[in-house]
Amino acid sequence: MATTKTPVDNGVNVQALLGAREALREAPEGAQFKWRATCKWVYGTHSRSTIKRFFGLGQEQEHKTEFTFETDHPEIFASEDKAATPVELVLAGLAGCLTAGVASVAQMREIQLRSVSATLEAGMDIQGILGIDSDVRNGFDGIKVTYHIDADATPKEIEAIVAQSQKRSAVYDIITNPTNVTVEVV
Amino acid sequence: MSRCLTDRSIDHVVLERGEVANSWKTERWDSLRLLTPNWQSRLPGYGYEGDEPDGFRTMPETIEFIERYARVISAPVRTHTQVTSVRSRGEGYEIATSQGDWHSRTVVLASGACNLPLVPAVAEAVPRTIATLTPISYRNPAQLEEGGVLVVGASATGTQIAEEIQRSGRPVTLAVGEHVRVPRVYRGRDIKWWMDAAGVLDERYDQVDDIVRARNVPSLQLAGSPERRTVDLNALTRIGVKLVGRLVGFQDGKAQFSGSLRNQCALSDLKMNRLLDRIDQWATENGFDDKVGPPHRFEPTEVEASPPLGLDLARDRIRTILWATGFRPDTSWLHVPVFDRKGRVRHDGGVVEAPGMYLMGLPFLRRRKSSLIDGAADDARDLSAHLASYLDHQMCCSADAFYGGSKRPL
Repeated sequence: MATTKTPVDNGVNVQALLGAREALREAPEGAQFKWRATCKWVYGTHSRSTIKRFFGLGQEQEHKTEFTFETDHPEIFASEDKAATPVELVLAGLAGCLTAGVASVAQMREIQLRSVSATLEAGMDIQGILGIDSDVRNGFDGIKVTYHIDADATPKEIEAIVAQSQKRSAVYDIITNPTNVTVEVV
Repeated sequence: MSRCLTDRSIDHVVLERGEVANSWKTERWDSLRLLTPNWQSRLPGYGYEGDEPDGFRTMPETIEFIERYARVISAPVRTHTQVTSVRSRGEGYEIATSQGDWHSRTVVLASGACNLPLVPAVAEAVPRTIATLTPISYRNPAQLEEGGVLVVGASATGTQIAEEIQRSGRPVTLAVGEHVRVPRVYRGRDIKWWMDAAGVLDERYDQVDDIVRARNVPSLQLAGSPERRTVDLNALTRIGVKLVGRLVGFQDGKAQFSGSLRNQCALSDLKMNRLLDRIDQWATENGFDDKVGPPHRFEPTEVEASPPLGLDLARDRIRTILWATGFRPDTSWLHVPVFDRKGRVRHDGGVVEAPGMYLMGLPFLRRRKSSLIDGAADDARDLSAHLASYLDHQMCCSADAFYGGSKRPL
């Protein structure tokens, strides 16, 4: 019986990405992006950040709509728990970035994904942020990401996709490597 | 290349800044041996005739091998002739040297890929109290102060040097970025034997998916030793070397490392296993399964649960940092507009954009083996053929023909 192979579709336009890569290799100045967010304090530990505009491909760009992200702290921190904590949004950012990478790499390698889910857990000793022990850092002491992936691929191929996704991930890089941060008041 | 030009009766000279095999004589550490087995250094009309085909040449043996070849082929070498500039002139090139000027219609850039150590920008932030070395200035552990050593880079150079420094009693921390793990011996045969037999080393630059990427892949994590030892990260961990992530900077007297060590090792293990899969498949398809040991896989690279992200240089008594972060060619004497925006010579498989200019010996120049001694033969045959047809074309069509050869002393 003859079988026809259905084309792999993870919803990632690989041709467009490859085209952009070639174009930007020739014109690297277009590759300079600026990502932006604005944030307004609401009350207590509750804030609201909005994301709309960014810069790239040599000009101002904007998202189709403005996105809003609220952050707060839970009640055990004596807060009102109106939203997730900022550190949880960092985990969401890492998960979103790695998972986008998984889909893109799988598409590039012509591997059909059926389901991808990730669970993230980060450890933190809050003696750091509470100023109890200056030897304890404020941030995570480590992040564990666990993927469950159902795809038309061998376990080794899936491992390779996840490894490649980390290699090309911006948020993974931001978290694993130091970044200079300048905070000014104007 | 000289041998191939001679075979084609193309008049030429070989300009050497020092003596034949100069960089092997002056820019290598004492214990280094070639990473390729003796049998594998096959030059046009010249190969290994000793009784240790699977051994690895020491530096004196390598030097002798190259010197003898230069004599055997009567290479027209001008020693102690440093090229100070190459410029376009008419339909050829003007070459200024410490021993006078030359004019030639063609030029082959064969000065190598490893002239200068490639040291990352973060090196500028190393505290003054720490001694720094590169593989070109490093000779042996006795050169180093007692105390800890941070070796940056885990390719062939970094792993070999880390091993001997650790064995000298100086505790080594090894900063590991992207690297390519391979076993020295697999199924009873040298990895280079497999890569040669299975055609991996003959893969051409115009047949790989991404040649830019292929040319930037780090060197295989290999060492040449009489015992044919594998010097991978697990072997280094066993003798007490401490593995940390890629070095990313210095702050307040602390070296900072990336948290990506686990993934770097996972990528490298996966890549090694893909190579071994390919070898196994080749062995089966070519009837080798009965002649060699059974297929097997190596233990994954062991990475501790939370590798340190920082190293306090003073507290941890680090006295020396060794940059094993790669090399780059020195083309400061080349005054012809053939460079890309990253300062690399633009070329198509060794044929440089400037007419009559050729390049040899860079990683994946024409084939995966281009940077090996064993890769020179095929590349030289191809490029000398191109060069000869270029000269033929010039002879019939250009006024330059009356020079009658490829060069003419001014």
